[in-house]
Amino acid sequence: MQRDQTFDELAGRCGEWLKGTGPESDIVISSRIRLARNLADFPFIRRCSDEDRLSIERTIRARLDKIPELNEVRYIDVEELSEVDRQFLVERQLISRELADSDGARGVAIDPAEQFSVMVNEEDHLRIQVMHSGLDLENAWQQINRLDDLIESTITYAYHPKYGYLTACPTNVGTGLRVSVMMHLPALVITRQIDKVFRSLQKISVTVRGLYGEGSQYTGDFYQVSNQITLGKTEVELMQQVSEVVPLLIDYERRARQFLVEQSEKDLHDDVSRALGILCTAKKISSEETMHYLSKVRMGVNLGLIDEVAVNIINKLFIHTQPAHLQKLRGKLLGSSDRNIERANYLHQHLSDPGKRESDLN
Amino acid sequence: MKCQYCEKPATFHITELIGPDGPQVMHLCEEHARTFLAKESTSPSASIAGALAKQLKLTGKPSAETEQKECPVCGISFFEFRNTGRLGCPYDYTHFDTELEPLLVNIHDAAEHKGKHPRRAPVSADSQATLIQLRREMEEAIEREDYERASEIRDRIRELEETGNR
Ligand SMILES: [Zn+2]
Ligand SMILES: [Zn+2]
Repeated sequence: MQRDQTFDELAGRCGEWLKGTGPESDIVISSRIRLARNLADFPFIRRCSDEDRLSIERTIRARLDKIPELNEVRYIDVEELSEVDRQFLVERQLISRELADSDGARGVAIDPAEQFSVMVNEEDHLRIQVMHSGLDLENAWQQINRLDDLIESTITYAYHPKYGYLTACPTNVGTGLRVSVMMHLPALVITRQIDKVFRSLQKISVTVRGLYGEGSQYTGDFYQVSNQITLGKTEVELMQQVSEVVPLLIDYERRARQFLVEQSEKDLHDDVSRALGILCTAKKISSEETMHYLSKVRMGVNLGLIDEVAVNIINKLFIHTQPAHLQKLRGKLLGSSDRNIERANYLHQHLSDPGKRESDLN
Repeated sequence: MKCQYCEKPATFHITELIGPDGPQVMHLCEEHARTFLAKESTSPSASIAGALAKQLKLTGKPSAETEQKECPVCGISFFEFRNTGRLGCPYDYTHFDTELEPLLVNIHDAAEHKGKHPRRAPVSADSQATLIQLRREMEEAIEREDYERASEIRDRIRELEETGNR
């Protein structure tokens, strides 16, 4: 395993899951699966001494090192990182806020394509995560299942014949599986149908949640659909619960977009074009405002109303304009007001030079 | 926009989708957002953590005897688990089985795992408890530089882990 800890290289490119290439990627941003696992011979994290946590980290690192298939994986010691580097990994969706904010020995192993990561000493000893672009649960499951088998070949997991994989929180016990599909639903928000749609889904055992924080539903129109339970059904059955709901939402969103186009294509075209105009020309812009307009532009691109920007650039800008990314990309710490100026510069650079748009497809 | 509960700017906007009046958007500052996400949410099924908090309340206050019951391996009491919603070690699922089962049924509507299982795993819940204890003894032995004892314990751990191979 490589131990290179420079983030500059990471900051410049973007994860596989942001490329906007998977099935239904106009509406589905990403498909994520995570498995919660614990070592059989240690207490759960909350009852661990500092030595226990260190020893767990060392054990997991050593065992992952032994797996030839994972030799490209890099381990990042989160405890050693600066605040802004931790925030960077959160924005990147490689670690959770909980892992960033907690104390003690902890870290994350990530593959170069950023398709999978293994968090060490979060709420459970191991949180294995796989993330694919678009609606791609089946392949994501195959990948994570194989990874889990590989890791299990060197680590003895805590397992109970009746309750399955044992986790620190009883809400994760059994499969330890959480499937999350992140969706972009701006037309359902504009047409005020989102409440109605979600109410109709209440009886189905999935949880839908607006994303929060910088890049929130309020400004960004992103929603996450996840399975609610983890025990008593197979992994594939749990995955099906989610993948049965997602096409319904896609269909509703498509119909709402269609309705907007039919009702007044000029108004919609005007709205998304103005959004692009603001992003290209603003001299200072907050993260919230950026999300708000990027969301509109993204829909405009997907509806063919805007053709001068590629969707993968928009996807990338959602992440790269967040505070820690901006600071890493600019190579210095910036206060909120300086960030707003740098953000405007960054957007201008990436949206208004047509040559750049073509060449920047990494 | 200001936080719903204080004067700080609202930087978190959380949508809870299954409230009694349909979806609700909360505008919160970072501090209140964290409190909100950490504790019970607006409705039982709206969030997973909320469901657990609700279930813990629903099951009522257990007898003083149950509250004081402690896991012999990690030392967590049932009282502490109820307060934090987090268990202390894998053996808790065996030690608190009677108390946990109704809770699991409430949360998952099931009490038995279906799905994949590891090819190797501790054969029984008891061997899991033994594993945690043995590993501790091994560390103590290493600390007092009793390497012979430590390597004996290591062999015993290997043996226990190996017998779990399926
Ligand atoms: Zn507040
Ligand atoms: Zn215990």
